Amino acid sequence: MEVIASGEGEVRLWDIDEVREWKAQKKTRKLQDKVMTEQEAVSQFVHDGDYISYDLSSMVRGPMSLEREIVRQKKKNLWIAAKFTLLDTSILVGGGCVSKIDVGFAGLGRPLFKAIEEGRIKTIDWSNGTLALRHLAGAMGVPFLPTRALGGTDTFRRSGAKQIKEPFTGKIITIVPAVFPDVAIIHVNQCDKYGNARVFGPSISPVETAMASRRVIISTEEIIPTEEIKRNPGLTTIPYYLVDAVVYAPWGGHPGTCPGYYTYDAENLDEFFSAQNDEDMQKYLQKYVFSVKNHFEYLELIGIEKLMKLKEKETIKEGYHP
Amino acid sequence: MKENFTDVEFMICQAARIVEDQSTVFVGYGMPQIAIILAQRLYAPGIVQVYEYGAIGPEVATPFRRNMMADARNSYRSYCWTTMNWMIFHAQSGFIDYGMLGAAQIDPYGNINSTMIGGTYERPGKRFTGSGGGNEVASLCWKTILLMEHEKRRFLPKIDFITSPGYLDGTPEARERVGLPRGTGPYRVITSKAIFDFPAETRKMRLIAVREGLTPEDVINDMGFKPDVAEKIGTLEPPRKEELQLLREVIDPDRVVIGRTKL
Repeated sequence: MEVIASGEGEVRLWDIDEVREWKAQKKTRKLQDKVMTEQEAVSQFVHDGDYISYDLSSMVRGPMSLEREIVRQKKKNLWIAAKFTLLDTSILVGGGCVSKIDVGFAGLGRPLFKAIEEGRIKTIDWSNGTLALRHLAGAMGVPFLPTRALGGTDTFRRSGAKQIKEPFTGKIITIVPAVFPDVAIIHVNQCDKYGNARVFGPSISPVETAMASRRVIISTEEIIPTEEIKRNPGLTTIPYYLVDAVVYAPWGGHPGTCPGYYTYDAENLDEFFSAQNDEDMQKYLQKYVFSVKNHFEYLELIGIEKLMKLKEKETIKEGYHP
Repeated sequence: MKENFTDVEFMICQAARIVEDQSTVFVGYGMPQIAIILAQRLYAPGIVQVYEYGAIGPEVATPFRRNMMADARNSYRSYCWTTMNWMIFHAQSGFIDYGMLGAAQIDPYGNINSTMIGGTYERPGKRFTGSGGGNEVASLCWKTILLMEHEKRRFLPKIDFITSPGYLDGTPEARERVGLPRGTGPYRVITSKAIFDFPAETRKMRLIAVREGLTPEDVINDMGFKPDVAEKIGTLEPPRKEELQLLREVIDPDRVVIGRTKL
C-alpha cells in the first residue's frame, strides 16, 4: 500500500504474533481466585517503562485507588494512553511515574501542563477517538485500523498515524496502529473473584482496553458470586480470562464519582485543582497517597461520614443497578 | 456600555437558538454542554445529544455540576448507553447532524487550536488539553458549530496548532483530499460579538450577523484577520429574559460555565 503521509510522532509498535503467543502462554484460562490487594496487583503487574492504559477518567469510575498505588510504589517511565482523562495524568505525572503521554485529552491541572511546557514529559498528540480506535485494533489483534478523522491537521502530524491510498477504491484514508498496553487498570461496578466484570453505564472502551492489554488489573466496587454472573451473563462486560488481578476497592473511584453509587467529592477536587505547581501537588500526594498504606487507610482518612454523604448525594440510580 | 449578561451567556443563547429540533448533536466539553441543555429546554425538545463517552439522547439533569462529563447527571434518561468507538462510528457513518465545540484559537478557514500556544511543540509556551474528541467531531459531523470568545488574539491568520480541521487551506475539496468525509466542515462560528458562516465558494469565514449595538467594524477590529462580510448583516438579539432565567436559576446556578469570561 502506498503511504501518502506519515505523522512524526513516536509510536510503540508490537509484533502482533508475539502478543498472541504471549497471551496463549501467559494468560491462564484456569478458573482461579485472582483477588489480591492493590499492593500485590501493582507490584506484580505494573513495571517501570510499561505502556499503561485505563478506562474512563478520574472524575468518573476511574481506577483511582490503583493510580494512587502506582504513585505509592513510585513506578517510573510509564507511557500513558490518555484517551479520556481528567486528573489521571496529573496524579501520575505528579508522582514522577510518567515519561510519555499519548494525548487524547491531556488532562487538567496546572502542574501537569507545566511539566509538559518544561519538557519534562513528552507528548504525542492523537485524539480521544483515534486512541480508542488503536485499542480496538489491539483488541482485534490486527496491526491497524482506518479512520476518517485526523487528516489535514497538526494533530495528525504529531501523531504516529499514516495516510494511505486504500487498495479497494484508491481513496485516501488515515490509519492508526494498534496498541497492546503492557497493563490496563479498570475500575468496575461488580466482579467475581475470577475476574468476570460488569461495567454499568456509558463508558470509553473497557472491553477494547481489557482485550488489547497483556495484563489487566480490575478494581471493583463489589465482589459478587459467580452464580450471580451466571444468572445474567448479558451484564458481563469483561470475561475472566482477560483478567489477571481483582482488587476489592469500594469507593475506588474517589475523589471522582462512580455513577449510581456515589457522587464526586467536591472539596477534595477543589484541593486538587488548587495545586498550581509541583510543590502544591506534592502536598496533595503526601496527604492522600503517601500518608496512607493502602486504599482502606485512605478511606479512613476521607472518613465514613464524608463517604456516606457522597453515597447519599448520588440520587440518580437508574441504569446503574440492573 | 455595561450589559446585564456575560459574553459566555450571549454565546450560549445564540448557540441554543441555532440548532434544529429533531437533529443529532455531538456535544463537546464545557460551553456546548450548557448551550445544548438550554436548546433542549426552550427551542428543540426533540434534540438528541450525543457524547463521546457513549450517551445518546440524555436529558441532562440540572443544575449542571462542575465541569463534569460522563457522570450520572450528564447521562440521565438517555436512549442508549454505548462506548466511545461506537459513538464515533455513528458520526463517521453519517448519523450526526451537528457538532459543537469551543477552542482557544481559530483561523479564517475554521481550523481550530486547543493544543498549545507559543514555543515549540516539545516546549510549548502554553499547553492545553489537546483534541479530546474534538478532532473527531470537527472531522466527522455534518455541520460543526464553533464557539469562540471574540478576542483579537484568538482570531489569527495562522494558528499555532491545527488541532481539529476546518476547511484547511480553503481550496476546493481540501478536506476530501486528506480523507475527511465529503460535505462536512464548519457551519457557523458563534462569538461573543458576531456570527460567521463559510460560503461554499470561498470556504472562508464571513460575517453574517453582529450583536445588537455593534457595527461590523467593531467586530472586525477585534480580529487578527479580516473576514469576508456578507452583503446583508443580521442583528443578534441579546439573551432573552427566559433564556437568562433558565440559565441562571435552573441550568447553571453555580455559574460553573456562564460565569466564566474566558475559555
